[in-house]
Amino acid sequence: MALSDKELKEISYLARINVKEESFSSLKKELEQILTLFEELNEADTSSIDAMSHPLDLSQPTRKDEVTEENQRDELLKNAPSVKSGLFIVPKVIDGEA
Amino acid sequence: MDLHKLSLKEQLEGLKNSEFTSVELTSHYLKRISDHDEKFNSFITVTGDNALIQAQAADERYKKDKSLPLDGVPIAHKDIFCTKGVRTTCGSKMLSNFEAPYSSTVYTKLDEQGMVMLGKTNMDEFAMGSSNETSYFGPVSNPWDTEYVPGGSSGGSASCVSAELAPIATATDTGGSIRQPASLCGLTGIKPTYGRVSRYGMIAFASSLDQGGVVARSAEDAALILEGMSGHDPKDSTSLKLPSPDLTKNLKNSIQGMKIGLPKEFFEKDMPSYVEQSIQEAIETYKSLGAEIVEVSLKNINLSLPIYYIIAPAECSANLSRYDGVRYGYRCEDPKDIEDLYMRTREEGFGAEVKRRILIGTYALSAGFYDAYYLKAQKCRQLVANDFTNAFESVDVILSPTTPGTAFKAGEKSDDPTEMYLQDIFTIPANLAGLPGISIPCGEHDGLPLGMQLVGNSLEEDKLLQFAYSYQSNTDWHKKMPNI
Repeated sequence: MALSDKELKEISYLARINVKEESFSSLKKELEQILTLFEELNEADTSSIDAMSHPLDLSQPTRKDEVTEENQRDELLKNAPSVKSGLFIVPKVIDGEA
Repeated sequence: MDLHKLSLKEQLEGLKNSEFTSVELTSHYLKRISDHDEKFNSFITVTGDNALIQAQAADERYKKDKSLPLDGVPIAHKDIFCTKGVRTTCGSKMLSNFEAPYSSTVYTKLDEQGMVMLGKTNMDEFAMGSSNETSYFGPVSNPWDTEYVPGGSSGGSASCVSAELAPIATATDTGGSIRQPASLCGLTGIKPTYGRVSRYGMIAFASSLDQGGVVARSAEDAALILEGMSGHDPKDSTSLKLPSPDLTKNLKNSIQGMKIGLPKEFFEKDMPSYVEQSIQEAIETYKSLGAEIVEVSLKNINLSLPIYYIIAPAECSANLSRYDGVRYGYRCEDPKDIEDLYMRTREEGFGAEVKRRILIGTYALSAGFYDAYYLKAQKCRQLVANDFTNAFESVDVILSPTTPGTAFKAGEKSDDPTEMYLQDIFTIPANLAGLPGISIPCGEHDGLPLGMQLVGNSLEEDKLLQFAYSYQSNTDWHKKMPNI
């Protein structure tokens, strides 16, 4: 199982993790080792098997539509890296003239 | 008096009978932590002041004859359980300054029963690792020999209990992270049935596999605390709608006539002769206690490792997308735009193993590969679960080694991720099927301990603990502690 540089770049963008060019070759090698491990599954006959998404066969539990959480905006904002007037601050997202 | 030599149960009785106070007991452990933990690095945060306040409150309740079920006994919590007012790091730079605005249900339940928190234990970053070498807060060492790893990801919990810096610790297990370190540190570690222990406030790695439990010095201590942290929680949609099980009721019952299954696929593997010998001796002990030994087949068990390394990274890539540098956690310096903020925050905030798993999971879930990897893995997962269902029609528990050997040296397996993954070859299947598993000490080699694993049918933690208690009542392996 070989990964191309282009594939690695695409995965790293999808995952929003910057990967420096100089670590491409070592990372590719590690990922390829792991992907090779997956090939063992090809031998298993799963033609009549349903996918198991979860160990419990549960339906989504419901509850009464009542407010259970109190507003704790200030408490929650304490952990944010950048805050102004009760808002999370990020770099400008939409380009264009104001 | 060497208070740390008392079992947790004896400590609880000593407190009830006013032989010592919780402040004395807590101070004793805090002193041991400050005297010894430099060698092991098993704690990320020690909460000494808080602990003494909790201990004083417990002592007051004892004086007024209003004590709580686990009042005044200290515990260490894995730093994956959120604790309001005390930082929760999950072993990551990403959360190195994170103070959760709420507490996990596990912490809250044990707190409400009077337990005193000594601190938060070190762990592999986001619980990803089998050697506790991936923590942002530095590696943890094994108290039996500090050149060796304690196992992971609950390495700090195992290390501090093994060094008797805490009588017991909480831990979590996604593919073996309770049982493998328990085996490598000579402890009793139990992962209950998926859904027994609430995951609310337990930082998510792979949501369909993660489950909380404990590492302890005996099955009896483990039963006491696991019972206290189990039970239905409306805040966790995957929490089983069952009351907390009574885990001490059948603990001391005989295992006469009960059946132990030996999966032939496990015993066909090449294993070091000392592992085989220890396991054979354990089997003989069980025979002498009246258990019947039956060969069983888990014919798809060899698929477990690749299934796990698709499903766990896939779920982790989704769960860890929340660390974006916006609402909490680490943010990179001077991001030039929003993409740069995401890309560099996650590059700098996560360690190598976490990034590797997110990338693998992203790949496995990406368009064009989903059916070949994730869907295929989920189908194979069902095959493994079916094997267990069939096996439990004829046996009560399934016995195997917990790990392929004793602890390895730090750095020995860091270069090859797949070599490290083999550590969990015996433990992963129980997570895939959502079944309870326990590791108990059953031997040693070159001065390092080794464990055996028992896996039980769904909801049968009581039976696992009964088997473990029965073994521990007739052997001394669990009583051996390292000289620190």
